[in-house]
Amino acid sequence: MAQLTVNQVRYQCNADETVLDALTRSGVAVPYSCRNGICQTCVMQSSSANVPITAQNGLKPTLQAQNYFMACVCYPTEDMTITLPDNADRLLSATVTAVRQLNDDIKCVGLDCPSLQNYHAGQFINLYQDNDNTRSYSLASVPTDPYLRLHVRRMPDGRVSNWIHNELKVGDRVQISAPVGACFYVPDTPQQPLLLIGTGSGLAPLMGIIRDALNHRHFGDIYLYHGSHDVTGLYLVNELCEMTVHYSNFHYVPCVSSTNIDNRYQAGRAMDVAFVAHPHLAGWRIFLCGNPNMVTSARKKAYLAGAKMNDIYADAYLINHKR
Amino acid sequence: MSANLYEKIGGDAAVNAAVDVFYRRVLSDERISDFFDDVDMEHQAAKQKAFLTMAFGGPVHYTGADMRKGHAHLVTRGLNDSHFDAVVENLVASLQALNVPAELIAEVGVVCETTRNDVLGK
Ligand SMILES: Cc1cc2nc3c(=O)[nH]c(=O)nc-3n(C[C@H](O)[C@H](O)[C@H](O)COP(=O)(O)OP(=O)(O)OC[C@H]3O[C@@H](n4cnc5c(N)ncnc54)[C@H](O)[C@@H]3O)c2cc1C
Repeated sequence: MAQLTVNQVRYQCNADETVLDALTRSGVAVPYSCRNGICQTCVMQSSSANVPITAQNGLKPTLQAQNYFMACVCYPTEDMTITLPDNADRLLSATVTAVRQLNDDIKCVGLDCPSLQNYHAGQFINLYQDNDNTRSYSLASVPTDPYLRLHVRRMPDGRVSNWIHNELKVGDRVQISAPVGACFYVPDTPQQPLLLIGTGSGLAPLMGIIRDALNHRHFGDIYLYHGSHDVTGLYLVNELCEMTVHYSNFHYVPCVSSTNIDNRYQAGRAMDVAFVAHPHLAGWRIFLCGNPNMVTSARKKAYLAGAKMNDIYADAYLINHKR
Repeated sequence: MSANLYEKIGGDAAVNAAVDVFYRRVLSDERISDFFDDVDMEHQAAKQKAFLTMAFGGPVHYTGADMRKGHAHLVTRGLNDSHFDAVVENLVASLQALNVPAELIAEVGVVCETTRNDVLGK
């Protein structure tokens, strides 16, 4: 059991309890979202270097060096004195520039955020509906685009996605976090073959990554497998087909897993279709985005097919049911 | 002997190279893959890294008690000598694939052997 001190007040953190759980149990308001050490919404700072390294996984080295950590995956090993970050300093203000239907369930949201110039296509931001409700959305745009672009899928009874679908309109102002995440293109091996597999709105970061790679004159083959349960779940099909015309090294394979009668699409789950087509992946770089089960099993399959662990990049759209 | 072995083999860089080859072999080996089939692959890979660092005589401080505790749930699932042998076999084959000299591989084998009873809860 460890003691946590926040603003001179002490809180008990029980064994097997995270800092986030201990503080929220005691009524301290801490913004959080994924509860899985991914979205970095609950980042806070310890006054000394006593932070378990597992609670710093994925944070920028500069933040790690200043003892920042993610409260949702921090099981303290000793007493900690903690400073909560000031959201007013940390969050960025953005204006909605466009809301456009991509298919029945997915909307494209454009955001103008002048203070955000540098990001990697494929990273994600955290969008604040209000102080208590934050969700992660991947960037489908590339930094040279005039606006940020998100693809938001409406979840049945989902709180934030329905707010975005039903209420958000052009001109609204919203708060977002700086971009986070390590699922992006690095222009160090322009000849390397790339395999990208996405389900549903998992296409968003892949779209950014592909455009980023092509902008960097990536000349190795780029294969995109986008999967959906049925045809209506696919989107940007025409745009992607168009891209294959302009870039001979870009290949697009839309996949439909339920009964498929349209021969423009492959029948089957995107990852199954992809691994049949590419059974040997030694030397490839892999990007996996969307459904967490798909990401977990595709990661393993890609690895067993020969891809190096460090060459597999993924964003699982984990949904936190614990609120 | 141990610290020396770790350096001779190539330290942290060698461990990273070996984990990639070794863990892939283990997951493909039907005799033992079930024991390694953690849903969280990165978590498993981190464990394999700790194991290989130890097998290479590197800086990991497992006690026999840690080993027992860490594998007890696998022993109840039937982990036995044949599985232990299969893991060592895969480790040896991985190191051979990475062109590690035979005498160093033999030393790694000796380090592994010292953990057998704790791993198997004997
Ligand atoms: C790194 C990352 C990137 C992401 N990128 C994107 C993206 O680009 N596009 C995108 O659309 N999404 C993305 N997501 C998912 C997104 O962050 C949200 O999780 C998603 O929009 C759902 O939020 P919500 O508030 O609408 O739903 P929530 O209110 O969080 O609920 C989610 C679902 O769970 C159900 N539910 C809620 N509570 C319970 C419960 N107690 N028991 C059972 N079911 C429950 C709801 O009915 C709903 O269907 C990403 C997630 C992560 C982690």
